[in-house]
Amino acid sequence: MSVIIQIKNVSKSYWRNSLEIPVLHDLTLNVKEGEFLALMGPSGSGKTTLLNLIAGIDRPSKGELNVAGTDIAKLNESGLAKWRSASVGFVFQFYNLIPVLTAFENVELPLLLTKLSKSERRKHVENVLSIVGLGDRIHHYPKQLSGGQEQRVAIARAIVTDPVILVADEPTGDLDKTSAQEILTLMERLNKEFKKTIVMVTHDPHAAEKATRLLHLEKGDLV
Amino acid sequence: MKIFKLIFKNALRHKLRTSLTIFGIAIAVIAYGLLRTVVTIWDSSIDAAGADRLITRQAVSFIFPLPLAYKTKIESVSGVKEVCGAAWFGGTYKDKSNFFARMAIDDNYFDLYPEFMVSKNDLDKYKKERNGCIVGKSIADQYKFKVGDIIVLDGDIFPGRWEFVVSGIYLPKNKNTDATQMLFHWDYLNERIKQETPVRGDQVFWYIVKIDNTNNSAQISEQIDALFKNSTAETKTETEKAFTQGFVSASGAIITAMNFMSFAIIGIIMLVLANTMVMSARERTREYAVFKTLGFSAYHLTGLILGESMLISCIGAGIGIFLLYPIVSGFEQVMPKGFFPFFFIEPITIILAASSALLIGVLASIFPIQRALHTKIVDGFRFVG
Repeated sequence: MSVIIQIKNVSKSYWRNSLEIPVLHDLTLNVKEGEFLALMGPSGSGKTTLLNLIAGIDRPSKGELNVAGTDIAKLNESGLAKWRSASVGFVFQFYNLIPVLTAFENVELPLLLTKLSKSERRKHVENVLSIVGLGDRIHHYPKQLSGGQEQRVAIARAIVTDPVILVADEPTGDLDKTSAQEILTLMERLNKEFKKTIVMVTHDPHAAEKATRLLHLEKGDLV
Repeated sequence: MKIFKLIFKNALRHKLRTSLTIFGIAIAVIAYGLLRTVVTIWDSSIDAAGADRLITRQAVSFIFPLPLAYKTKIESVSGVKEVCGAAWFGGTYKDKSNFFARMAIDDNYFDLYPEFMVSKNDLDKYKKERNGCIVGKSIADQYKFKVGDIIVLDGDIFPGRWEFVVSGIYLPKNKNTDATQMLFHWDYLNERIKQETPVRGDQVFWYIVKIDNTNNSAQISEQIDALFKNSTAETKTETEKAFTQGFVSASGAIITAMNFMSFAIIGIIMLVLANTMVMSARERTREYAVFKTLGFSAYHLTGLILGESMLISCIGAGIGIFLLYPIVSGFEQVMPKGFFPFFFIEPITIILAASSALLIGVLASIFPIQRALHTKIVDGFRFVG
């Protein structure tokens, strides 16, 4: 299998006033296509920062970052936005659904950036909502759904454009045990059945067991 | 689902806040429209003055009379085509609140004021009736005057009971022509005054002077005033426009204040809307980060925020403009009758109100757009509103 995420000597620091706060140190990592990678580590170890860099929503301070065949560190903001919409799906801990939109409309959002017709968009949205098991909830608003259902809508939104990579930041962190299990099963299915490369940050060892590869980060270094 | 649907849903997210903002904008547009209407009406009454007409009055004040003998002297000035004497009558019609201009005029008055359209039949009848009068269409409608009616005035400047017969009704030629005047024979006034108070006879308050070339108005004015220099009744001659401006100069400070207030209101609308937009954008910081993560560009976010701001401002302005017409009409009803010779909403007032609302919609969204675009995605996700 080919390498889909190539991270070479990447460092990331944040600045607070004039004080530099290093988060990732000279990190090198390759992720193969179809892998389900779990990133674990204590709070502040840089897991989410690494995930943000892979998803193209943050930029490295230095190093090379090639994801899905694109050197994303060199893209400008609009180029990066286009790349994200086509190549990566993002699942958040707190779902981040738009409260005034129905499940259908939330999932349809990324497709508004494509040239698909209304009927094609409908077909795609209904298809992914049925994959996540919410075919009967398409007209429900987020507040009318349970946490687990909201997260499934968020996953549907992440995969509706058929991205090659799915990144998930503690997707079960805000869920009860049963709902968490359902989400993990769904993600495992997306990896095995739909061949999605998944990078997941988690604190939960049980969630990490679903991954095909597990890495630990501590103080910005892979251990 | 299109972006417009999302804009609409966003605008209705906080229904009470949006409703109050729209209500505030509508109230401000009404206040702006009302003030501008008063200001433009005032201005257009000055604009209605004829460029080829001069007014000669006593240098001290127009409340002091001029001798009748001045008329022939003024007529002799080169460039003067016609001269007409006029006197402010004042008086009361039934009740002091029934205010409209009542003036005694020479018979050639309507030659100098072609914008006061009187039918030949009415004018002939007027000239034959010693106590005949011509009334404007507006007051004829308001007081239901018709030809042949008797109008009785209780005089104050010229004391006594004065009886007039309505000989005709004049129609205004233009929208800003005053159709609220009552005009009658100066001869009728003069005859009685000469009997009752001889010392006040053969006098007018001002002369209306028609000139042949508007470019010579300053020169002719100087020549007329030079005729009466060092006399007991020195004159001041000026264009009718300047005379009208002087007439309303006492109200000038109020009009300036109203002008200022009307533009201050635009600033208030902007603050109301900007406050709503800033609060909305702040609450949605995390959502904007989500949109950016999904691949929405600066162009899309700008459209979302600007669209919402424009939607609210346009609805508010639309409601305000829609309500402005009945409110202006109601305002006219509660004002003393005849206080404004004409009262209507100028198209420019509507254009200004609508374009101000559009401009405010844009301006109020600038800061929230800037904030949404400049906030990094990772900072947006960390934001706690």
